[in-house]
Amino acid sequence: MKKSFLFISCQEAKHICDKSQYDEATGWERLKLGIRLIWCKFTKSYSKNNNKLTAAMQKSEVKCLKSNERKSLQKNFKEELTKRQ
Amino acid sequence: MPKHQIDPNNWIKLYSDYLFNYTIMRVSDREIAKDLVSETFLAGLKSMVNFKGEASERTWLISILKRKVIDHYRKINSNKGKAEVRMRYNNDTEAEGDWLEERVADPFDKTAEDTLVNSELGDAIYDCLAKLPEKQAEVFKMKTILGYDTETICNELNITPSNLWVIIHRARTALADCMKKNWF
Repeated sequence: MKKSFLFISCQEAKHICDKSQYDEATGWERLKLGIRLIWCKFTKSYSKNNNKLTAAMQKSEVKCLKSNERKSLQKNFKEELTKRQ
Repeated sequence: MPKHQIDPNNWIKLYSDYLFNYTIMRVSDREIAKDLVSETFLAGLKSMVNFKGEASERTWLISILKRKVIDHYRKINSNKGKAEVRMRYNNDTEAEGDWLEERVADPFDKTAEDTLVNSELGDAIYDCLAKLPEKQAEVFKMKTILGYDTETICNELNITPSNLWVIIHRARTALADCMKKNWF
């Protein structure tokens, strides 16, 4: 078996880890990440913090405006601001 | 000299999401939350002369928003009260007493404490998001909070998927570091 099949760089592992936070990593990518997680403490630490961040985002249930909503808010506000200046 | 300066030109960019999150946690309705945030900015604009600079702009705007939320509840409570007098839980006499079981508190339901923790966690997240470069914060919010797919974000912001993942990576690294210091 070629080494490059299963062994990935730290950078690639972080990229897969990011993608897996959004369920966008493939099974094959998750396998490669899993192997790297066994022995690489840097990947492990990154993955741990990344998972914590995802859990915090889900727990907090934070919301934000959609870009069209923000644009509309900006437009109305700008009109009012211009009137006052 | 006042500690904080006021500059309404940046209000929407800097505080709209924070105020919106604050509001929606209290009113649970997207449209009402948007209206209240908009009213807050306009009220802030009208009373800019009263800004003494002792608190930050964000704190000052939140104090206006709090009054708007209270006013909103005052308005709907007067209507809600009338509706509740007329409301009966169950008109079926044979089912009388069933309400006891149905109305018992759900132990898995959110408590006030959970809501408070979530609200504080939300504040911590927004404090960390405010430290990110504008583009990173925007992409992160679209991907993580709004749940847009990669293609939609790339089309809207005119970036490539690899650009997007680089931005997401930088944003997540910075946010995780910030949250580690302030929350985890």
